[in-house]
Amino acid sequence: MTAIPEGDWRAEVKERLEAIWGEAPGLGSWIATADHKRIGMRYLYTAMAFFALGGLQALLMRTQLADARLELLDPETYNQLFSMHGITMMFLFAMPALSGFGNYFVPLMIGARDMAFPRLNAFGYWTLLAAGIFLYSSFLVGNAPNDGWFNYVPLANREFTPGINIDFYVLGLIFLGISSTGGAINFIVTILKLRAPGMTLIRIPIFVWGELAMALQIIFALPALSLAAVLLFLDRTFGFNFYDAAAGGDPLLWQHLFWIFGHPEVYIVALPGFGIASAIIPTWVRRPMIGYTYIVIGELAVALVGFGVWVHHMFAVGLPNITYSFIALASFMVAIPSAIQVFAWLATLVAGRPRLATPLLFVLGFIIIFVVGGVTGVMFASVPFDQATTDSYFVVAHLHYVLVGSAVFPIFGALYHWGPKMTGRLLDARLGKVSFWLMFVGFNVAFFPQHTLGLLGMPRRVYTYEAGLGWESHNLASTIGAYLLGLGILVTLVNWYWSKARGVPAGDDPWLGETLEWYSTSPPAHYNFTTIPTVRAREPMWDQLELRGGAQPPEEGGRTLTGGHLTLSTSLLDGRPQAVVHMPQASPWPFILSLTLMAFFYALLLQVWVVAVVAVLASAAAVAGWFWPRGQTQET
Amino acid sequence: MQARKELTVAETGLPGEVLPEHSEGPRAFGWWGMVWLIATEATLFSLLFGSYFYLRFRYGPIWPPEGISKPDLVLPLVMTAILWSSSIPVHIADAGIRKGDQGRLRWGLAAGSMLGAVFLFMTVGVEWPEKLREFTPATNVYGSLFFTITGFHAAHVLVGLLVSLWTQVWAWRGAFDERRHLSVQNFAMYWHFVDTVWAFVLATIYLSPHL
Repeated sequence: MTAIPEGDWRAEVKERLEAIWGEAPGLGSWIATADHKRIGMRYLYTAMAFFALGGLQALLMRTQLADARLELLDPETYNQLFSMHGITMMFLFAMPALSGFGNYFVPLMIGARDMAFPRLNAFGYWTLLAAGIFLYSSFLVGNAPNDGWFNYVPLANREFTPGINIDFYVLGLIFLGISSTGGAINFIVTILKLRAPGMTLIRIPIFVWGELAMALQIIFALPALSLAAVLLFLDRTFGFNFYDAAAGGDPLLWQHLFWIFGHPEVYIVALPGFGIASAIIPTWVRRPMIGYTYIVIGELAVALVGFGVWVHHMFAVGLPNITYSFIALASFMVAIPSAIQVFAWLATLVAGRPRLATPLLFVLGFIIIFVVGGVTGVMFASVPFDQATTDSYFVVAHLHYVLVGSAVFPIFGALYHWGPKMTGRLLDARLGKVSFWLMFVGFNVAFFPQHTLGLLGMPRRVYTYEAGLGWESHNLASTIGAYLLGLGILVTLVNWYWSKARGVPAGDDPWLGETLEWYSTSPPAHYNFTTIPTVRAREPMWDQLELRGGAQPPEEGGRTLTGGHLTLSTSLLDGRPQAVVHMPQASPWPFILSLTLMAFFYALLLQVWVVAVVAVLASAAAVAGWFWPRGQTQET
Repeated sequence: MQARKELTVAETGLPGEVLPEHSEGPRAFGWWGMVWLIATEATLFSLLFGSYFYLRFRYGPIWPPEGISKPDLVLPLVMTAILWSSSIPVHIADAGIRKGDQGRLRWGLAAGSMLGAVFLFMTVGVEWPEKLREFTPATNVYGSLFFTITGFHAAHVLVGLLVSLWTQVWAWRGAFDERRHLSVQNFAMYWHFVDTVWAFVLATIYLSPHL
């Protein structure tokens, strides 16, 4: 609370901040931590663990399909595997991994000391983990969800799937929705209110815009999924009639609600991936992004138009043609803002001096794969084509090109680009390139033939096929590609764990990056920055040389905030300092609350109503503990 | 609650710069958190009402289905008057504490929760038993919609009452003053939201079958 000390003020400020923000090692702090970096890492590691599980499921399926009439898997197991593969990759890998990078890097890139609601952040992670365990415990009883990731009724009604498979699905997704919604609110408020002074709207890094667009979509799309799941739970458990045509309900209601969520979900997974590309490219071509404003508007436009295209998943259902015309139009339209971004990336690549290191290779791979997926996407926007190829392997090829392109490749690029910041050590460059080429070649070998298979008439979601239809060679190629892809992924995971311990020390700014995450140490201190910087440019690390010292001095606008567990609150549009905010301390309550909620969902699953009531009361007590006022911290 | 140091400003480390330590309204993180929570909840309710009309128009010309009479309007309109009037004392409490008026805060919150509790009792204790004699959620899709939509809303009233109770405990212990009252503000915003949603429940469930 005093003026800046004389002499080596940096060392003194660091010492004070460490005393305020530091966390003692030990189990207590491990459970209670609210540090966005520890939480971000956990998101990432958990996502990678689920990615490995989802990948193994895929390899099992590809092995089964390598030739006609193989008998590695029986039909029921196959159904459970493709259902859990989709659920895992969407909800337990892509969303958590992208939230993980967001958690770790949004506060760093906007110059804040933490997220707006650190405890909500911890709660989001624990809830994700609890819901993931909840979903996967279905394998233990041999009753994993088995009606696909979009779980259509009436197949998913109690009458046709009497087991608890679908109860795991509906309850697991409602549970996960709590985690995602809390996380989304946290991202939005953080990005609106915690930006460093001087970071006006047009200076927000594009990656942060991507996370904002994702969070906004979650706010407005996820309720549709949660509602659909709640209604199905009521139908299955208490005999309500929402999806039962015999009692006046309508199975199509599920399809509408699911895809009102499900199509935005594609962009929920894609937009942060676009953001990662826009974060990697400038650093590796040594020039600012061309068309910043157009990219930002493009991202927000994709997010908006993405809400108007859900019926293109239902072109084969038999709705009125006028509906199809509108939706087809919107679906064609969504290609425009997406293409704007692609051209901005290409222009920046051409105008700059690209260095083909691993992060940029993954971005190039992303662009190529995503464009192929985008082109087949435009084909699907045309109703007759869609009706001819619906439920065929062409759809499988398309969705993997879009999703693996826009999520997996950027995520892996980000591991190489940002990994040194997170671990303090460089990843091995040669292994990185080996991994990229294995993944890129493997992916295309695995999924390109599936276009052909679809056009040859192979339906998706069949556990085997007859010989003599001309499908064997394509399927075999696809299986070989899948193994190559898996090997490439394995190389990066090994590289990560090896480099984390033994890699070359990275230094604070190994790539001479342009945004504020490179202003912190590697790995960043608990308090992120010695001084919260005043930002005067869109690429502050390139245009404000005083930041290179690691601590912008007070005469240049750096604020130490050593008076407590503080961060700065700034105005929404132009980033003027408005207040200092006392941030909440670490707390075990988010962890406890996620446990009581898990007990609640298991009680609903097993229909033990007494336990459910007790779990609700325990959850209310945990919330009370969480919000118990303590001294100076902010009230909520 | 323990005595607090009287601090109104905190130094940021910039020579001479002092900034306030407490925020309210659009300057506070918590206020924005509540805004986005309400946004996602409003989306949920919109989809629920959308589902009602989707299922209704897919059902056919006779709505409610045969054997179920059109909803009686007297009780719902009385309930509406009670619930909407509860927003007035909540607003008085919210506006009062901004000026540091502890009395208006405590009695406003108490009166608001009393009215809310009466409303909740009328939904679950009077309206539901009466309807259950006529139909249940399992009877047909109309019953499912009726009990799900009124139940969703009643659950939100219940959560509001619990939060109100919590806020009142701390209000009586003197936790709020003219600078620190974000919890009160957030509760009031949530309560007004739940009251607003009721307008749509009333229009959807009770009024629209008469059209």
